[in-house]
Amino acid sequence: MTNTSVTTPDVDVAAKPPSVEQLANRYTKIESRDVNVYYGEKHALKHVDLDVYQNEVTALIGPSGCGKSTFLRCLNRMNDVIDICRVTGRIALDEHDIYDPSLDVVQLRARVGMVFQKPNPFPKSIYDNISYGPRIHGLAHGKAELDEIVQKSLERAGLWKEVSDRLDQPGTGLSGGQQQRLCIARAIAVNPEVILMDEPCSALDPIATARIEELIDELRENFTIVIVTHSMQQAARVSQRTAFFHLGDLVEVGETEAIFTNPEDSRTQGYITGRFG
Amino acid sequence: MTDTTSSPQGESAGPARRPLTISPHLAKRYARERLFRTLGLASVATAGLILLVLVGSIVSKGYSAFWLHHVDLTIEFSVDELNPDGGPIEMETLQKANYLGLVRDALKREFPDAASDRRERRKLYGLVSPNADIMLRNMVLNDPSLVGTTQTVSFKMSDDMDTFAKGFIDRDLPESDRRVTDAEIKWHDHFEAEGRVHVAFNIDFFTKGDSREPEEAGIYGALIGSILTLTVTLLVSFPVGVMAAVYLEEFAPKNRFTDLIEVNINNLAAVPSIVFGLLGLAVFLNFFGLPRSAPLAGGLVLALMTLPTIIIASRSALKAVPPSIREAALGLGASPLQVVTHHVLPLAMPGILTGTIIGMAQALGETAPLLMIGMVAFIVDVPQGFTDPATVLPVQVYIWADSPERAFVEKTSAAIMVLLGFLVLMNAIAVLLRKRFERRW
Repeated sequence: MTNTSVTTPDVDVAAKPPSVEQLANRYTKIESRDVNVYYGEKHALKHVDLDVYQNEVTALIGPSGCGKSTFLRCLNRMNDVIDICRVTGRIALDEHDIYDPSLDVVQLRARVGMVFQKPNPFPKSIYDNISYGPRIHGLAHGKAELDEIVQKSLERAGLWKEVSDRLDQPGTGLSGGQQQRLCIARAIAVNPEVILMDEPCSALDPIATARIEELIDELRENFTIVIVTHSMQQAARVSQRTAFFHLGDLVEVGETEAIFTNPEDSRTQGYITGRFG
Repeated sequence: MTDTTSSPQGESAGPARRPLTISPHLAKRYARERLFRTLGLASVATAGLILLVLVGSIVSKGYSAFWLHHVDLTIEFSVDELNPDGGPIEMETLQKANYLGLVRDALKREFPDAASDRRERRKLYGLVSPNADIMLRNMVLNDPSLVGTTQTVSFKMSDDMDTFAKGFIDRDLPESDRRVTDAEIKWHDHFEAEGRVHVAFNIDFFTKGDSREPEEAGIYGALIGSILTLTVTLLVSFPVGVMAAVYLEEFAPKNRFTDLIEVNINNLAAVPSIVFGLLGLAVFLNFFGLPRSAPLAGGLVLALMTLPTIIIASRSALKAVPPSIREAALGLGASPLQVVTHHVLPLAMPGILTGTIIGMAQALGETAPLLMIGMVAFIVDVPQGFTDPATVLPVQVYIWADSPERAFVEKTSAAIMVLLGFLVLMNAIAVLLRKRFERRW
């Protein structure tokens, strides 16, 4: 990234690209067509058509204010809480429109979990942080089952070994990286189908970031992941598909390898080579 | 400046170094900081001093109200006096008997020469509390076997004598300038010399209601009145205030209407409290027909007054909860109500409690709105419920401060002490509660 004069990207693509077989059997988990988002008068997202495939990591990249986070928050209707926000178009999860008035948004968010930019554990114990989701959704019957869910979620988030002896301590007392993994474990505990991650590593140091990236790759086995990131290396490392947003437009979407080695659009090229953004 | 070669110190190697000495500008900055700290400290000291003077003057004036002088008199429970018609002694006759006569006889025996003059005799009878006969009657009714015996009974001194015994009346003043006559002083000295005057803790002050006689007056009625009134206030204003704040902050759409409501709530907080009293008079008493002078009506009026305080404080406490917590809960699929009840409210609770306690403290000290609904009344009975006539502590202070008897001066200060003690207790409970909630954070 330091060398801006080179036109070919110097980002190494490390994530495993899908095999030919996988490519043929791709299942569209989320399908969005002509999605527009307005914040009051401002047209924040313009005519976005983007598919997210199951068991893949889709990275959304782009300069600040390009609408990538806005799009992510449309996928579990977190934009609903913003009064002035208006969404048009169609977003379908497993071919069901998530903006259908008959759809229960609570159910949707149980199926589409979210991890935020800043680690935001509840100011409660580690155990309560994880068990909160299963509890409100009635996923566990009895203490033993809940314990199991907590342990499994922490294990899958790679945090079990570090915190198994202090589950009753406040989650806010963990380090930043641990807190973020706790938030991931909390999201997993509800057993969602899709996990949305909004710049999950932007507040973390490189070691914690690497830990989370590893985790994302492992989680791909069971979940569909959409990740917003500012770091192109990160997009290249963890994602199978990458979508580049610019000024509210979806400029280009494709296989991560293709985007980073052979972008079609000049804006994409300009961004990934660090000429702007 | 940047061109080192052309600078005067050009011969020295390397770029010009800035001197390490403190520049005058920096010294000025530090001086200003010291000044600021000194001023701050002075402000704190002034506030502390004022508080000390206030509390000191109240305590020094009021501590004597907790003590009362008693005098021992020899009472003959003569059968002639108690049962003048003869025959068997019935409870009924004992009830109606002339106990005042017993007290007067005892005093007359003590000072035979005073009994000749009518005015002096009246003074003599006034040595002990006018309620002495009631005390004797209760004694006899409790134990009828006393009839026919002679007992030494300890009587409360009347307020003037008690005040004199406490040393608040200067005996060197000319007789016309002081509350007690020379004869009264003589009688007091007589008892004193015989060791029959003694000081006792004024337990009646904490167990009785108001009275016209200062030595009989107690704070208990007003204390209970305050507790009952504040209970009503808390029960009404806390849930309503918190619900209103939660709705406005978390659920209400942001539009002109809610803006209008917000402005009006803020305005209500600044409305003079007497206006709330007038409202209470018009609405609670005249329209709904609630009982006058009752803690129920008083509590409702104070609740109206406290509501804006609680709503404003609760809203700012809710606002202070980081939005990331709401997002986290929403992202897990919690419903908006669950977000509020599971996460936002517990986190905002310390702030809400602080606001509530400020509001309650205001309500505790409020007199003006209660004027309008008749709670400024002379009420002897201790209220038994929310609809009994009652008065409250600040009103009691006001009534006593307005009374002409010298003995009420110390009572007033003592009542203020009780009021302050109640306030401190209330605040302590709030702090404890807040600590409990804060631990969960």
